[in-house]
Amino acid sequence: MTQSRREFIKIGAAGVAVAAAGTGLASNWWGLDPDVVHDPGTDGDKIVPTFCELCFWKCGVLAHVKNGRVTKIQGNPEHPLSNGRLCPRGTGGMGLLYDPDRLKRPLLRRKGKRGEQAFEEVSWEAALDFTAEKLELIRKTHGPEAVALFSHGYGGSFFKTLMAAYGSASIAAPSYAQCRGAREVGFQLTFGSSLGSPENLDLGNSRCITLIGSHLGENMHNTQVQDFAAAIAKGATVIAVDPRFSTAAGKAKYWLPIKPGTDIALLLAWMHVIVNEGLYDREYVDANTTGLAELRAHLEDKTPEWAFTETTIRPEVIVETARVIAGARPASLIHPGRHTSWYGDDTQRSRAVAILNALVGSWGRRGGFFIPASMGAPKIALPAPATKPRPAPDTPKGVSFPFADETLAHGLRDASIPGTAAYDVKGWIVYGTNLIQALPEPAKTIQAIQELELLVAVDVLPAEIVGWADVVLPECTYLERWDDVGVTPWREPFLAVRQPVVAPMHESKPGWWIAKQLATRLGHGDFFPYDDAGKMVEGRLAKAGYDVDAVKAKGLVRGKAVPVTTEDGLALSFATPSKKIEIYSKQMEAAGLAPLPVYTHHEEAGSGRFRLLYGRSPVHTFGRTTNNRFLGEVMKDNEVWLNAKIAKERGLANGQNVVLVNQDGVKSPPARLKATERMRPDCVYVVHGFGHTDPGLKFAKGRGIDDNALMSRSKIDPAMGGTGMNVNFVSVEKA
Amino acid sequence: MSVTKKRYAMTVDTRQCVGCKACVLSCKAENDVPDGFCRDWIVEDVRGEFPLLAAEIRSERCNHCSDAPCVKNCPTGASHVNEGGIVLVTHGKCSGCKACIAACPYDARFVHPKGYVDKCTFCLHRVQKGLKPGCVAVCPTGTLAFGDLNDSESDVSKNLRTRRWKVNHPESGAQPNLFFLL
Repeated sequence: MTQSRREFIKIGAAGVAVAAAGTGLASNWWGLDPDVVHDPGTDGDKIVPTFCELCFWKCGVLAHVKNGRVTKIQGNPEHPLSNGRLCPRGTGGMGLLYDPDRLKRPLLRRKGKRGEQAFEEVSWEAALDFTAEKLELIRKTHGPEAVALFSHGYGGSFFKTLMAAYGSASIAAPSYAQCRGAREVGFQLTFGSSLGSPENLDLGNSRCITLIGSHLGENMHNTQVQDFAAAIAKGATVIAVDPRFSTAAGKAKYWLPIKPGTDIALLLAWMHVIVNEGLYDREYVDANTTGLAELRAHLEDKTPEWAFTETTIRPEVIVETARVIAGARPASLIHPGRHTSWYGDDTQRSRAVAILNALVGSWGRRGGFFIPASMGAPKIALPAPATKPRPAPDTPKGVSFPFADETLAHGLRDASIPGTAAYDVKGWIVYGTNLIQALPEPAKTIQAIQELELLVAVDVLPAEIVGWADVVLPECTYLERWDDVGVTPWREPFLAVRQPVVAPMHESKPGWWIAKQLATRLGHGDFFPYDDAGKMVEGRLAKAGYDVDAVKAKGLVRGKAVPVTTEDGLALSFATPSKKIEIYSKQMEAAGLAPLPVYTHHEEAGSGRFRLLYGRSPVHTFGRTTNNRFLGEVMKDNEVWLNAKIAKERGLANGQNVVLVNQDGVKSPPARLKATERMRPDCVYVVHGFGHTDPGLKFAKGRGIDDNALMSRSKIDPAMGGTGMNVNFVSVEKA
Repeated sequence: MSVTKKRYAMTVDTRQCVGCKACVLSCKAENDVPDGFCRDWIVEDVRGEFPLLAAEIRSERCNHCSDAPCVKNCPTGASHVNEGGIVLVTHGKCSGCKACIAACPYDARFVHPKGYVDKCTFCLHRVQKGLKPGCVAVCPTGTLAFGDLNDSESDVSKNLRTRRWKVNHPESGAQPNLFFLL
């Protein structure tokens, strides 16, 4: 980063030399002018608390407003998810609010083909009438379930209400099948509880933190990174399992540069050592689990020597780290990860992580997993829907995924290709999720879009999916709107409010208003019994007995702390069929799946190719923020990470442009090569969310590359239907 | 009553820093730093060869040196030592001659588009109101601490007593006040 600063200085020196001479010399009173402490004047004349939406963690923020303009956004010290501190993205919310590329007025495609972007600016009246008429037509012709909602973000709640009113349960978010779904299912099967977001991790009190591919610090969920740093400050041991020397690996006592796709072998070998050496928490395991005997037998041949041949991690390192993991119990946290859709056997890996946590007794224990507390406010009463909708057609005909507990986003996409699912999906409402970059096999996404009778995009910015829409409804940002009461289960209960900091800019409108307008036109105005979402929120808070003005002034109300670990006095309970932690899963067995985690040897790159891996940067929330010019000040594009020796062998120099070509011949645009010692030789890595193509994203367009464009393959998890995406291989060629 | 003079300093805990750049962006917002410039920045220092690697991440900025070369080399007196030893630039006195930029061992200064030389102020305007500098306030990892070295109970004094530390370019003789905890 020194380099980019030097660039700044160069630009400064060259660009402003004239101005420099001018201003300085204008004052002839150098000697007489007093020395001044210049105040940049960014303090607000008004400070409004709300909660962030630059990612989905929902940190409390304080927005400074001066002369009607948001000058800066700081962490709310009262809010348990921010503790007064913020990540870089939250700090840069102004860059979203004042993005010149924002969707400003409703757009309608009256002519031209889908994707040609032959949009006309129209009135809200015209856009809403058009949308409602089309929705009514689909409901009459195909039934309401033929309209699917894809939604990501807190404001999506109003569109879910709209769908309930309209009569469709076809609602999905890529955050499940393309992200954390397998993790949730693995933990649900084992502990009877999934983790959700924010995860119920007591990282701050952990004595040993084991990260399997999780790159905390680059994956910048504020509280989680605060807790991670706090644990490091207190001397916790970090074990980082990652083919890349991540930031977290740089903090680790043990970095295990594992061969990608072999994590389950390592997990089984760790358990082999811990069970065979009797290092597990005998009291906890005896009291709370079922299936240890079966596990012991299952692990017999999963020796560190066996795992070495798969993982390339030396047996003595496996033994030593197993002892370290067990030695710190119960404050030993094997991190469950978040984005876990990797290889198609992700539920198995998640189960292995869950079982290892059970062996060290970390569930419900300080320094392990706390049991989250939450508080609510009475919901507003809604009419009962007229009929029960048909189940979402999110699987191919004749296929089912026994443990899918949310709808599969790619499944609804696939059902839009006629004749492939239980019934066809004919219309999409897409709220705040760029399906073009979020769903693997993007060619299939385009194919599905061409089959639709209606595509409605509700968004703040012209993400690629917006360009494919028939009608574009510009939503205002989180800083300009009310959303529903913020309920977040956490270490301590609290409720937060999202309230407008400034009035909506341009002709953008809040999501609740858009949803209500559509509902009213469809004859379901009674599902939105309020004219102002702010009044609805206030009503809910008042009904719950809170001082509404105080909550709005602070941005939240905190509840009374309750025990969240056994050390606080919590009694453990498990919502599994056996009421115990299920090491051996009879549920999996009944579904015809392996009841104990099995290792599968996955396809390897082969000569001349590298496994394509992807991840996060602390500065960006994938493609949602890459057009944010303020955040772009510190990260404008991504690079292709490749092992330095491999690069040298191929005559590729650090910093030169390369293209990636995948196994199916899909070629990326040029991107800068980062030839680095920080990579294993058999894989490459890029940060996800760059390489935008929509001409409306004037800042982000053409910067860096989109890893998702190279994902022409995915591998489906038989337990829950998730799409494993670490299964694509690329060659690296000179651009 | 004797009033002890303040000596402001900052400590940067390299064990905790993840290089997220919240400090950089918080500073830019707080100080309305123009596009294309920043007053603080992240250095990622990775050493070794795969798979034997070590990393150090540092949040860097003006060192507010006790014997500041920029102040000594400023022909107009714009660069000066203000409250608590904080080195500031009085905009109206600066001719933009860049002598200070050449003198600074830390590459901490740039010419603001308005013509004067600009850099980190330790957010003295905030410190005077009893607040922490913008970068310290935002830092999610608690990497940064700010305070008075002449107060033995300040966070910075305690950190320097209890931890191993280093400064950048000790050979400059400038007596920097940005300390990296190891």
